[in-house]
Amino acid sequence: MEDLIIKGEAKTPTINFDSESGELLISGRSIPENSIEFYKPIIEWLEEIKVSNKEKIVLDIKLEYFNTSSSKCILDVFKKLEEIRTVGKDASIRWYFESDDEDMEEAAQDFSAIIKVPLELITVEEL
Amino acid sequence: MIEVYEDLDKRNVVLSFKGNITDELLTSILHVIEQKLERYNEPKQIKRKVFNVLVECLQNLYLHSNDEEVVEEEKSSVMVMVAKLDDGYNILTGNVIPKENVETLSKRLVNINQLSHTELKELYIETLTDGKRSAKGGGGLGFLEIARKSKRKLEFGFVPFDDKSSFFSLNVKITQ
Repeated sequence: MEDLIIKGEAKTPTINFDSESGELLISGRSIPENSIEFYKPIIEWLEEIKVSNKEKIVLDIKLEYFNTSSSKCILDVFKKLEEIRTVGKDASIRWYFESDDEDMEEAAQDFSAIIKVPLELITVEEL
Repeated sequence: MIEVYEDLDKRNVVLSFKGNITDELLTSILHVIEQKLERYNEPKQIKRKVFNVLVECLQNLYLHSNDEEVVEEEKSSVMVMVAKLDDGYNILTGNVIPKENVETLSKRLVNINQLSHTELKELYIETLTDGKRSAKGGGGLGFLEIARKSKRKLEFGFVPFDDKSSFFSLNVKITQ
């Protein structure tokens, strides 16, 4: 299967999903007015990797900002990882945030409380 | 004109806009405010909060000013103002909404204002996981997010506009 690479823009994040290594990255800003359209190919790609022979998937989140329109889509992405785990694969999330960004930490904790995918919170000085 | 200038100056307005809001304009407003926050050397926490809250306020305006009920030019025009305070920022927005929506919106905001920080979090998670979405992609989380991020009660008001509509104003104060 092909990699999924989307260049980040003013209101949409960089997507770098490597099918070979199983390393997925969402970074930058996710603040589009209507995020469903943007996240559609991402969900579809995850659907594909679910039925591929890739056994281990790690998703890195390095978001500076995300809006509430994106949060439901991010949840959809995480739900896909949940599905991937139910077919016996290993899927996990690493959520990076700046050490003084309490709101981002709280947001990551919200997600962690509602999804059945291991989510590791990682603090960094600067994203 | 000088009165308008002086009034904006007196209120320490760093950005003000009135008119129809488009996707491109929304991007420009956010760009301008980011540059200003940078120029004022604001601490990161303030920058993040002002940016986050402004995103939600602008997107609320964007989604609702295109409602079918407000297709008339004058009613689809919105207002946004960002003012610098000694201890933070004020984000003020105003838009015209159909009169019949006032009661529902007012009840929602009153309800949000009655919730503690923990209760807000619970309602946010509940709304996040309800699977509902409006046709325009709104998820019913905007005001909850604004209340959570600002950590203050939402200040709002409704003033009759004409026999079919009301002017809705929202004032969000951001402090560190």
